[in-house]
Amino acid sequence: MPDFLEKLGGNALYYINQTGRMGVFLFYSVISILRPPYKIFPAVRQIYVIGTLSIFVIIFTGAFTGMVLGLQGYHTLRKFGAEGLLGSAVALSLIRELGPVLAALMVTGRAGSAICAEIGIMRISEQIDALECMAIDPHKFIVAPKFIAGIISMPLLTAIFDVIGILGGYVVGVKLLGADEGAYFSSMYKDVDFQDVYMGFIKAVCFGFLIILITASKGFYVHLEKGGGFGAEGVSYTTTSAVVMASVTILLFDYFLTSVLL
Amino acid sequence: MSTQPVIELIDVWKSFGSQQVLKGVNLSVTEGKTTVIVGASGQGKSLIVRHILGLVKPDKGKVLFCGKEITGVSKKELMEIRMNFGVLFQNAALFDSMTVYDNVALPLRERTRKTEREIGKIVHEKLAIMDLGGNDDKYPAQLSGGMRKRVGLARALVLDPRIIFFDEPTTGLDAAKSRELYRVFYQTQARLGYTAVIVSHDVPKVLKLADYVALLHDGAIRDLLTPEEFQLSQDPVIREYVETTMGPLYSSKMEDAI
Ligand SMILES: Nc1ncnc2c1ncn2[C@@H]1O[C@H](COP(=O)(O)OP(=O)(O)O)[C@@H](O)[C@H]1O
Ligand SMILES: [Mg+2]
Repeated sequence: MPDFLEKLGGNALYYINQTGRMGVFLFYSVISILRPPYKIFPAVRQIYVIGTLSIFVIIFTGAFTGMVLGLQGYHTLRKFGAEGLLGSAVALSLIRELGPVLAALMVTGRAGSAICAEIGIMRISEQIDALECMAIDPHKFIVAPKFIAGIISMPLLTAIFDVIGILGGYVVGVKLLGADEGAYFSSMYKDVDFQDVYMGFIKAVCFGFLIILITASKGFYVHLEKGGGFGAEGVSYTTTSAVVMASVTILLFDYFLTSVLL
Repeated sequence: MSTQPVIELIDVWKSFGSQQVLKGVNLSVTEGKTTVIVGASGQGKSLIVRHILGLVKPDKGKVLFCGKEITGVSKKELMEIRMNFGVLFQNAALFDSMTVYDNVALPLRERTRKTEREIGKIVHEKLAIMDLGGNDDKYPAQLSGGMRKRVGLARALVLDPRIIFFDEPTTGLDAAKSRELYRVFYQTQARLGYTAVIVSHDVPKVLKLADYVALLHDGAIRDLLTPEEFQLSQDPVIREYVETTMGPLYSSKMEDAI
């Protein structure tokens, strides 16, 4: 029993410690973003890496999500004779929930893992120490551009996801299953409010921020990670754990944000 | 030693888990002079340098830079102190997703307001000194160990630092290259008058460059001596080190002297 308690306490302390580290990491990152000089090019480059390179995955998953929504929605709504609401059902699910969440999960898998591994390798090969010794702030140099890019990219990727999804629902619902074309768009036009778009936007921004915070800080402190081994193994363990943590956090925050914004 | 030490370690202790690595290190580095730290592998030479750079906090004891405790200063002050530093890590620590050129140019781009043309001129000059012309577009992974080291040296020297830290600068270089490198150190030291802390195994050769030699043995600095005093020291530990590293030529000379 004491053994068990000791382990429990140790783990609790470790997670409190890790949360504290993330707080410190966030603090220094925000300061480094706010402090001049402001360099545009590194952020643009990261927007390319995090955003542009994710577009294909986003289009692909967006299309299939919309298509399956069209399929399911059509058959369910037909039972109630409400096929005419298909457009608004697809659009609202996408804009409020599925767009931000699925886009965030995709970006976590694609870009988040890469960020964690990249920064982790820089840490274990002493590149971050080298930056510090050159009096170059690693938060400013490595992390700040990624934060800016994450916060800018996520809403844009989400918007792409939503639009493609709505088109996917249209193709399946209207073209394949024969729902009414006019009703598809007019119901959407009638039922989707600014409030819904706003909610999706806020979620996307928050998720973008969370993805970078979790994956970048895990990579930055890879040497303090517990139970992950060293070197390449440590980085791979930490990357996996960062992706899991970011995904879970996104789903948790999705619930809280929805309950606050609704 | 007439001038006040720029760097002082006072009774520095450091352990990792159950391994007590540093056991009361005392060392002072004099302004404008070259201090060489020698000692067997795994004794903690790199660790001493990491303490001075403020990358590691001692368990006990103090690391002073110009009389200020380096672990006590704010992040901003530490940054200002490090503006004076030029550092070569033992593994070179090059930025592995940047080319050789970008590696050396980075401190200039981030820390100065020079134009890309001025930067290019300085970078090429430093690379030429290190005999690395024509390697601009290579990545660190495409270089040999010795070349990486020389890129690291070019990067450390590119801002004409006031204090340089070189961790085993010549390990992995052939004899001719390391002799050439010592010549470069000697010339730049004469020109810039920087303070140098060099960790090295290359014992007879590096002594020519040194103003002071410190032997790290069993977690403590055995003594801080001039190269001549070092070679003739009667301290049994230093004597054994000198004999094993310099071979019978030097030891027999010593025996003659006795
Ligand atoms: N981060 C660390 N964690 C655990 N042990 C370390 C760490 N850094 C150094 N050591 C230990 O400290 C000792 C000295 O290391 P180092 O300074 O690299 O030796 P040297 O440069 O003299 O060859 C070694 O035994 C090494 O195992
Ligand atoms: Mg070493």
